Amino acid sequence: MLRELRVALSLLLLLSLLTGVAYPVLVTGIAQVVFPFEANGSLLGPVQAPVGSALLGQAFGDAGHFWSRPSATAPQPYNGLASGGANLGPTNPALLEAVHSRVNALRASDPGNPLPVPLDLVTTSASGLDPHISPAAATWQVQRVARARHLQPSAVQALVQELVEPRTFGLFGEARVNVLQLNLALERRFPAKS
Amino acid sequence: MSSHGVMLLLVYLTALLLLAAPTGAWLARTLEPAGAPSRALTAIERTLLRLCGVEADEEFAWPRYAVALIVFNLLGAALVYALQRLQGMLPLNPQAFAAVSPDSSLNTALAFVTNTDWQGYSGESTMSTLTQMLALGVQNFLSAATGLAVMLALIRGFRRSEAAGLGNPWVDLWRITVRILLPLSLVFALVLCGCGVVQTFRPNAQVQLLETLPFQQPAVDAQGQPVLDAKGVPVMKDVTTQTQTVPLGPVASQEAIKMLGTNGGGYFNANSAHPFENPTPLTDFMQMLSIFLLPAAACLAFGRLVGDPRQGRALLAVMTLIFVTMAAVAIHSEETAHPALAAMGVDVTASATQAGGNLEGKELRFGAAHSALFATITTAASCGAVNAMHDALLPLGGLVTLVMMQLGEVVFGGVGSGLYGMLVFAVTTVFIAGLMIGRTPEYLGKKITAFEMKMVSLAILATPVLVLLGTAVAVSTDAGRAGIANPGAHGFSEMLYAFTSAGNNNGSAFGGLSTNTPFYNLLLGVTMWFGRFAVIVPVLALAGALAARRRSAAHVGTLPTHGVLFILLLTGTVVLVGLLNYVPALALGPVIEHLQLWRLQ
Repeated sequence: MLRELRVALSLLLLLSLLTGVAYPVLVTGIAQVVFPFEANGSLLGPVQAPVGSALLGQAFGDAGHFWSRPSATAPQPYNGLASGGANLGPTNPALLEAVHSRVNALRASDPGNPLPVPLDLVTTSASGLDPHISPAAATWQVQRVARARHLQPSAVQALVQELVEPRTFGLFGEARVNVLQLNLALERRFPAKS
Repeated sequence: MSSHGVMLLLVYLTALLLLAAPTGAWLARTLEPAGAPSRALTAIERTLLRLCGVEADEEFAWPRYAVALIVFNLLGAALVYALQRLQGMLPLNPQAFAAVSPDSSLNTALAFVTNTDWQGYSGESTMSTLTQMLALGVQNFLSAATGLAVMLALIRGFRRSEAAGLGNPWVDLWRITVRILLPLSLVFALVLCGCGVVQTFRPNAQVQLLETLPFQQPAVDAQGQPVLDAKGVPVMKDVTTQTQTVPLGPVASQEAIKMLGTNGGGYFNANSAHPFENPTPLTDFMQMLSIFLLPAAACLAFGRLVGDPRQGRALLAVMTLIFVTMAAVAIHSEETAHPALAAMGVDVTASATQAGGNLEGKELRFGAAHSALFATITTAASCGAVNAMHDALLPLGGLVTLVMMQLGEVVFGGVGSGLYGMLVFAVTTVFIAGLMIGRTPEYLGKKITAFEMKMVSLAILATPVLVLLGTAVAVSTDAGRAGIANPGAHGFSEMLYAFTSAGNNNGSAFGGLSTNTPFYNLLLGVTMWFGRFAVIVPVLALAGALAARRRSAAHVGTLPTHGVLFILLLTGTVVLVGLLNYVPALALGPVIEHLQLWRLQ
């Protein structure tokens, strides 16, 4: 029994060094050389002052920006240190109240909009950091953004179309638009007059 | 079920079987090389193992094999516990996290050594980089290796004739970790990293937001305590931020073994829903494949090792049959929109420009079909990684995830544990068939006697007892009910899910339930430990008894265990024996909720 204990402890330490130190250090070493952009968070903008990650969503509230999906992270939405979902079950009245108030807020933000409110703009994501909205959700916001920026809606819609990512190989995932990249493109192409 | 869902499922199955065939052959060769164990090791391996005190050619009888594994896992748990408690004093802690609480540390230690990887904590705000790598990452490997070692011992029980030993657990653990899990993980980690999963030792990055973000947070006084108003409600104050923290760490290396080892413990709280763990639909598809890869390959390796590949294919057929049926139900459920949303004027129909379905708690890049397929896979296997919040699944989707775990994690199941669990059901099936046709039951040339059936019964009954007792305790105590997040039947489902997940070593959750309390940390910890080892010990006893028995050749009276008849019999046994224990509990949870949801219309 004592011998078993000694063997178990030695083997545990040896395998810990191998799988818990050598392995992650080796993967990091290779990744930093081969995939430096991806391995360090896919950061956009200048190296010294990045403006976001291509993979993480941000919260937007200006009329002249496209808005992301609702986020359940606390205390602020899209908190990078508190990923997670709302965990509201389908029969929870709180879910329906939350969706209802989101629908009303969206309608109030653009009263003349004849389009039905898209599903993804009134439901929270799983991570609270979802970087994407559906093409329908982007189209729904085109009128508001164009009005706020004094632009032709067709020009804004064209930009949305440029940034739509289709299903991978026509099969995997869903068609989507990265909201941060859409807003960055908007700022670049049509700088706000101030 | 949409045509997109059907195509996704078909492409998934095709890819899985194409990958499983060569992996199974490689697994068989690597697990059980010809000749003496020491001859299959390199000189360096022999030296290292000898330094650890391992005598590679020594054979262990089943009780000693079991003791060795339990001692190894107890020490592993102690190491995980110690690293969490001491992380404040240890290096590689860029965010200066303090020690994790004793009850949470214990729960996490038991969760990771049992391959459950239940997460009562939130990774990005609790665990230092060192704890992630050296405590959690290590057990991602070693718990999977333990499962494969037990499976290998059981296979040896069938292979050997009149033998006293089941092999050498130390050599098995070494070879499985170093020859199988490490190379697969290395390749998969780099692929994931190339797709966007982060892998760095740099501290978290700060980015400048495009807009100043106003929000509310609880006010705190000079001592750091929340300020309460006259009614005891926390006072909120308005604040703004112009930055976002981008959480970084060595994620890809952990992500790879998290999936391949059917562990499921995420680096981040949101697990595989987090864009840094699972950035694209393609990584999502690869993660789904990586969960089933080793469990599927293990079936084929088993067939080769017992000298009859048809036996392995039959087990794989049973798993596939049950899995496809349940995946179809889940995809159908989640492609359906919540009935109340359309009534509010929300556009819920699937079209070229939006996915439709139940998007609450789901990531847009994955959508309904991917998320439902992932949820079925992760609960069929004892993985427990999630790419969507299971708490927000519609009742039928939630029912599928519960049932997949309650079948005992034998439909693909955990790495190693899925196959040994399915073999336990196969022995049960030949026993029942033997009773029906009046012959001595036999499986793969081994007579099944009273001792074997006692061990099989213990292995099958251990988890339902743990799960149902645990749920009953939680339901009947204030400490248990205090954790509930959703009212009504769904709140009961949250508790049932927690104990189902812990007892079957899955690790996913209906995440609304607050479980980082001493009550849940201790009760779930105990459930996970016994859910693992109260099955492993009888399985090893079964292996020992089978190895000691003479392996007889097939004769006219032998019930063939590779044909369609046996496949259907085994499927029926798994479904009936696995599920009947839980039907009343399921009726009180997701079944009622389903009826309530659709009555709302």
